[in-house]
Amino acid sequence: MSRYRITDDDFQYVAEFRANPLGIPGPGLQRVLNLLRGGPKSGKYVLIVKQPFKRWVLGRLPADRGQSIEILDGWEFSDLAHAEWEVFKLRWKASTGQNLEDAL
Amino acid sequence: MTRILAYADRISAAPGECVQVKVSCDGVKQYDVNLVRVIQGDINPSGPGYQEELIPLNLGGPFTGRYQRINMGSFAIVDNAPAYHTQSSLGLQVVIWPTLPGRGSQAILSREDPESGTGFRLYLNSEGAVAFEITVNGVQQAQVSTGLPLATERWCLVSASYDADSCELSVLQHPLKPYPNGADAYQVLKRADSPMVSATVESPIMIAARSATNQLAKEHFNGRIEAPRIFLRSLNRKEMLSLVEAKRNGLVASWDFSIGISTEQISDTSGNELHGRLVNLPTRGVAGNVWNGDEHNWQNKPAHYAAIHFHEDDLYDCAWQTDFEFRLPDDISSGVYAIRLHAESEEYYIPFAVRPPRGTKTAQVVFILPTASYMAYANNRIGIDVPETEIVSGRLLQMNPIDLYMQSHPELGLCFYDVHNDGSGVYYSSRLRPVVNMQPKHIGHLGGAGSNVWQFNADTHILDWLEQLDQSFDVITDEELDVEGVEVLRDYNVVITGTHPEYYSVAMLDSLQGYLDSGGRLMYLGGNGFYWRVSFHPTLPGVIECRKSEDGIRAFAPLPGEFYASFTGEYTGLWRRNGRAPNELVGIGMVSQGFDYSSPYNMARASRDPRAAFIFEGVEGPVIGDYGLSGGGAAGLELDATDHSLGTPPHALVLASSERHSDLYLMTPEDINDPAPGLGGTEAEIIRAEMVFFETPSGGAVFSTGSIAWSGSLSHQDYQNDIARISSNVIKRFLDDTPFDITPKPQVDE
Repeated sequence: MSRYRITDDDFQYVAEFRANPLGIPGPGLQRVLNLLRGGPKSGKYVLIVKQPFKRWVLGRLPADRGQSIEILDGWEFSDLAHAEWEVFKLRWKASTGQNLEDAL
Repeated sequence: MTRILAYADRISAAPGECVQVKVSCDGVKQYDVNLVRVIQGDINPSGPGYQEELIPLNLGGPFTGRYQRINMGSFAIVDNAPAYHTQSSLGLQVVIWPTLPGRGSQAILSREDPESGTGFRLYLNSEGAVAFEITVNGVQQAQVSTGLPLATERWCLVSASYDADSCELSVLQHPLKPYPNGADAYQVLKRADSPMVSATVESPIMIAARSATNQLAKEHFNGRIEAPRIFLRSLNRKEMLSLVEAKRNGLVASWDFSIGISTEQISDTSGNELHGRLVNLPTRGVAGNVWNGDEHNWQNKPAHYAAIHFHEDDLYDCAWQTDFEFRLPDDISSGVYAIRLHAESEEYYIPFAVRPPRGTKTAQVVFILPTASYMAYANNRIGIDVPETEIVSGRLLQMNPIDLYMQSHPELGLCFYDVHNDGSGVYYSSRLRPVVNMQPKHIGHLGGAGSNVWQFNADTHILDWLEQLDQSFDVITDEELDVEGVEVLRDYNVVITGTHPEYYSVAMLDSLQGYLDSGGRLMYLGGNGFYWRVSFHPTLPGVIECRKSEDGIRAFAPLPGEFYASFTGEYTGLWRRNGRAPNELVGIGMVSQGFDYSSPYNMARASRDPRAAFIFEGVEGPVIGDYGLSGGGAAGLELDATDHSLGTPPHALVLASSERHSDLYLMTPEDINDPAPGLGGTEAEIIRAEMVFFETPSGGAVFSTGSIAWSGSLSHQDYQNDIARISSNVIKRFLDDTPFDITPKPQVDE
């Protein structure tokens, strides 16, 4: 089992991500992102393109080939940085239990 | 966008030749077709914009849409067997290595008439246990199962017998390597309630699948099968415990898969000539149950490779019927074209090359469309099957309609970046199927922030640049390079590669090397080229084999003992491990990949060497290429660099290098002998793209960029930028017949 887990000490990297969700992260944030973006395929958040380079909705990958990609209601983006931040918050909460909207 | 699927019989044609097009429509009643010349396939609004040219050629139509099924799954079929009578005694034997026991019913050896529902079947039932049944007119006469699920990936002898005199049915599974508490030889006998109803079956014998109506086959077996044999007599308990000698009385057929490993034929050694054929390319040249590591080359000890690995998701040729065909005009120019099928909001493109008339050239420049690499990536599932793709691309993955379709329709088949449903690696990849990710307008998953184009669509960045340069060029494909050799290149002044010509056969490599040896000039405008050794099938069209032996960046590792191609017997893997590292050909070789952002190059002192003056004419530097559609820089995605120990010519000039890549760029496995921290782009010095130039002894020259992202920068600022200028400077000088100075000068010290 890996030694690293997201803890309160990692909260410092949230601001870095929020400031530039599409930037090249520093090593601390990169480690957070490796964990949040990792994990199995099943249930992984993805963007579903509604209009290339302009409009996306949120979806989740299924477990197996042949199953459809799930589209999640209520999530539509016209900006990739916004989409990254929203998914970051979802994953942060799933990983730590902490709601970043409350914590920030 | 996905309700029309299509493919053509060929990926390259000369003027005057015919192209056959196979189409399947899902709910589209009628469609139109056009021929277009592909100029710029990238639809990124930050780029120059999509561009195609309509060719005034009537391809016929409108055509009526019809559905054509994709029959995935491999099997063997024996067509000419004498009729089987259900009242006959029967003995069956086979050695199997199941990979997905319990994943539904899977036929091992069967002979059934699917119309009447009559025949016999030896199979794994849905619990993964061996079962045997005889059915007449849809009514099961007798069925018996061991009831014990088989272990996954363990060799097991399976025997079945029906005694017509006693009406006794029996089946046995006997693991060839017993385990404590495992299911050892286990036999079940069952007496049929009444004598078998008389019926006759003339349908083919099937191995690894059942006959079916309205489709090629059903209930495919997943795993390896070895030495299947059929007797027209019952087998006793002792006989069932070991493979009965394949010469005994009552033997109908005994197939030895160690014969003809490079072919699609299976051989019957019983003397009854019940030879068969394989459908959908199951994997041959794989270790059988007696393989013990003494020999790794199937050609030297075929008996150790007497198994065939069947998969429910194997696919070679969709074998669709032709919906229309057309003849190319005699005066059509060489180039990259596409057949566009469209109906309302639906459209589908089938790209192909129009080569110059055979034996001629119509331009001084030739672009090699890297179709072997397109096949290697055909319908890859990197974005939907590989969870790490988001990490290595540094951003959320975007699912386009084609991704959604591929996820719901795995029957489109696999490629070298996928594993089969049973987890085994994919060794064969074909173009005789709709290749949905080889289309203009396609957006991929590895192309970096920005356009995110890959392979075919990324290569249109080069086509577009040549168009803007008003540079005429011919186009050939990897298939010409493989079949026709150096002659197809010989008279061109300049050869230009694609962005990522990763997969090369020995004949292709020989062709390029031969071209350079005779004074040719090569512009390698990509990254990670000439990396994997592939084999084209000697007789089957449109399919290649690649087994990624030893190491390299790969989706899976071939199993031990399976490093030799079944198509040709070649040792496979990296060209670097085959003694022909790309560094010898183009001065550089693969050192890293990452799919987030690209970097600029920094000009090195060697850029001021007089030998390189023509390259940097009008270029200020020192930073070049800090822009682009593929990751925002000219150096990115996959990077090559020099390595003299791998064959970089000693006089090669390193003109520029990239730096400051992110930690999503990592060293390649083949460069990591003793892992230690610091393998990422922010720490490992080896991670950089190097732009290289060198002359060849015969007056030719090579210019290499070492970056897949290079071409994404060509169109920046309306094609007025350093990357485009360097590229055009090189092509201009390479077009000049004046030989390059063959006397190497020492490189300027750093």
